[in-house]
Amino acid sequence: MNEERKLIVSSSPHIRTPRGTQQIMLDVIIALLPALVAAVIFFGVKPLIVTCVSVVSCVVFEFAYRKLLKKNDSYMDLSAVVTGMLLAYCLPYTFPWWAVIIGAFFSIVLVKQLFGGIGKNIWNPALAGRAFLLVSYAVLMTTWSDGPDAATFATPLASLHAGALAPDGLWNMFIGNIGGSFGEVSALALLIGGAWLVYRKVISLRIPVAYIGTVAVLTLIFSRGNNHIMWMLQNLLSGGLLLGAIFMATDYCTSPVTPNGQLIFGVGCGLLTVLIRYFGGYPEGVSFAILIMNCCTWLIDQHTAPRRFGVTKGKKKEEAKG
Amino acid sequence: MLFKSHGGVHPNDKKAPANEAVITTIPQPPEVVIPMSQHIGAPCTPLVAVGDEVKLGQKIGEAKAPVSAPIHASVSGKVTAIAPHLNNLGNMVTSVVIENDFKDTPAETMVPATEEDLQSPEKIADIVREAGIVGMGGATFPTAFKITSGWGKVDTVLINGAECEPYITSDHRTMLEHPDELLKGIQLLMKACKVDKAYFGIELNKKFAIDLLNFKGAKEMGIEIVPLKCQYPQGAEKTLIKTITGREVPPGGLPANVGCTVFNTFTAYSVYRACYEGWPAIERVVTVSGSAIADPKNVKVRVGTSMQWVFEQTGGFAKEPWKIIMGGPMMGMAQYDLEVPCGKGTASLLAFSDDEDRTVADPVCIRCGQCIDGCPMNLQPIYMYMYQQKGDVEMLQKLNITDCVECGSCSYICPGRLHLTHAFKTGKAMVQAHMAELKAKAEAEKAKTEAEAPKAEAPKAEAPKAEAKPEAPKAEAAKAEAKPAAPAKEEKKEDK
Repeated sequence: MNEERKLIVSSSPHIRTPRGTQQIMLDVIIALLPALVAAVIFFGVKPLIVTCVSVVSCVVFEFAYRKLLKKNDSYMDLSAVVTGMLLAYCLPYTFPWWAVIIGAFFSIVLVKQLFGGIGKNIWNPALAGRAFLLVSYAVLMTTWSDGPDAATFATPLASLHAGALAPDGLWNMFIGNIGGSFGEVSALALLIGGAWLVYRKVISLRIPVAYIGTVAVLTLIFSRGNNHIMWMLQNLLSGGLLLGAIFMATDYCTSPVTPNGQLIFGVGCGLLTVLIRYFGGYPEGVSFAILIMNCCTWLIDQHTAPRRFGVTKGKKKEEAKG
Repeated sequence: MLFKSHGGVHPNDKKAPANEAVITTIPQPPEVVIPMSQHIGAPCTPLVAVGDEVKLGQKIGEAKAPVSAPIHASVSGKVTAIAPHLNNLGNMVTSVVIENDFKDTPAETMVPATEEDLQSPEKIADIVREAGIVGMGGATFPTAFKITSGWGKVDTVLINGAECEPYITSDHRTMLEHPDELLKGIQLLMKACKVDKAYFGIELNKKFAIDLLNFKGAKEMGIEIVPLKCQYPQGAEKTLIKTITGREVPPGGLPANVGCTVFNTFTAYSVYRACYEGWPAIERVVTVSGSAIADPKNVKVRVGTSMQWVFEQTGGFAKEPWKIIMGGPMMGMAQYDLEVPCGKGTASLLAFSDDEDRTVADPVCIRCGQCIDGCPMNLQPIYMYMYQQKGDVEMLQKLNITDCVECGSCSYICPGRLHLTHAFKTGKAMVQAHMAELKAKAEAEKAKTEAEAPKAEAPKAEAPKAEAKPEAPKAEAAKAEAKPAAPAKEEKKEDK
């Protein structure tokens, strides 16, 4: 009666969600595509080439590093593709391919894999790679155009940094018809991507809303010039704020996991971004703000544990008294 | 009115295949194996010997301890063996093997209670105890003890009809096919608990059952049907209490601490059968489902029937299964031997042949934090896992690992496929072992210092030196003792 059967005995639960790491990363990649489409519309085919170079080199570095050190393959989780896309998105479309590869190497090998790979790195690989390229190739990183007016081409952010409203119209800034890193320019495309991530429950609204909200409030209160609202809106739409708030600050690995921690993280990013934009040497503060907050992730998590079930605040106090 | 609990996950409920299947009876097995322990608490002692003739419903296992439940014969026939047999928890348990004579000769004790008896809470509790009724949702806590220990503390009775585990439809079918009996059973439980208000929480995927029970006049009986959002683990005791009453059971506490007591749907139905039909807990509606099952069904199964028999009689496997589960897919136990008998708390038998558990060779945490969002107990599985892997017991205690109800939500939702729940089960055992060790140490220290005390007094000149040494460990031991003592005190406070 008892036939020979190979049965697996394991601890419960015996079912798992179909959504694994790969599916989540795929959702992020899908969310990043509208921004690429917008970049191609405004800058031609070059952004596409930069993105391809970046993605391919990131995946190759990820694969090669793990092969060389005889670790299990991790390129199939697609996280290297996401890093590659994000790294490319914060570069100007004029950026030379060889420098992209150097940036990818820094991101994947030094920032991500040396710390143990996915889930263990301290800084966002793409942002750290961008920061590295910014200090190494400052001129290349701020060459926003390859046209004849390259020298005088200014991004809205540069105007804001100088203390004046940008001449570009709000609509142009919203759809992305402005100068800047090609993945950052189109607020519309980034918001569509963000909506996809929230709809698919890849990210919660906590970090982006806290981040963007903080920047909005601060720039409204401490606005320069007479048009306060305009100053705030231009600050929100310029530079890498939306890309940073939606895609970079929400990076799982380098942001807090507790709900309250995520709010604090977002507010911290917003605060630092405005501080750097107002008082820093660089016009842009997003990448450094997020990188600094990345360092605080562990600390924030430690102090924002969710309330223990069955213990309310009032009760705790009572207990302490009694 | 729609209630939602904190945390939780949303697995595909997979109830469709068995949801429409009317409860049927399968042929009885030629032999039943009845374990003497089918509940939380002390095992029973067999009342029969090999060779004895037993009748249907005859008590064959006596429960002596207060937290225990007697065991009854689920068929009539002859006792052929009393020997250890594998049970669903993987333990060898003394079991009575009865050869079925297929006559179902009822025992003299199987008589309905009189209307008079059913007016007294004490009498009802007695009947429930004698019928061997336990929590039928799977926890198998003796129901009579739950009733009597709640007297004076409990003001609300909750009936758990969430059936939040995927695949299982046995409670749902019971609601649809025996609504009057079920409501009467709930009334009996209310009376037994000396309470006149009950909430019956049912998840919204059982809309017909909600409507039917309302139509049958639940409200007039003091039973409020509470529609619950479909979300796992909606039916976990503490979660259910929180969603329906808003009360939170304190850590380490019992539902009675917040004036609640929770009974499973099938427990209420069993109480009805015990009181009005004289039937002890010898039959359970079991859902047979899963990707390997040819024809998913809900069937009445006598306690002690082997899984093999149930699978055979319900159409067998369509595909070769690689996993057999007794209970739900989230908290049930995987089985390796189909000879394991079904018990009082077996709500389902599942057989999987697809890639349900999606195990990967190298699980990696990507720090997505979904385990924190999904935890109904507000824990931080991601960090608990980290410290469990390191074996850091103190940090595990700090993170309140003992609050974990092992519902499996974190493992289910983890995209990195970490074995979180499994780690916490072992982590809890680690904490328990650590506490026991500390306690033993403290006691040994105490005994040592007591033994040394007269010695130290005698040579007075040496006293300061000799005392200085045991002082330090004593202080440590005192500290260690203070820690476990604290939660115990809390509980006592709540009790009063």
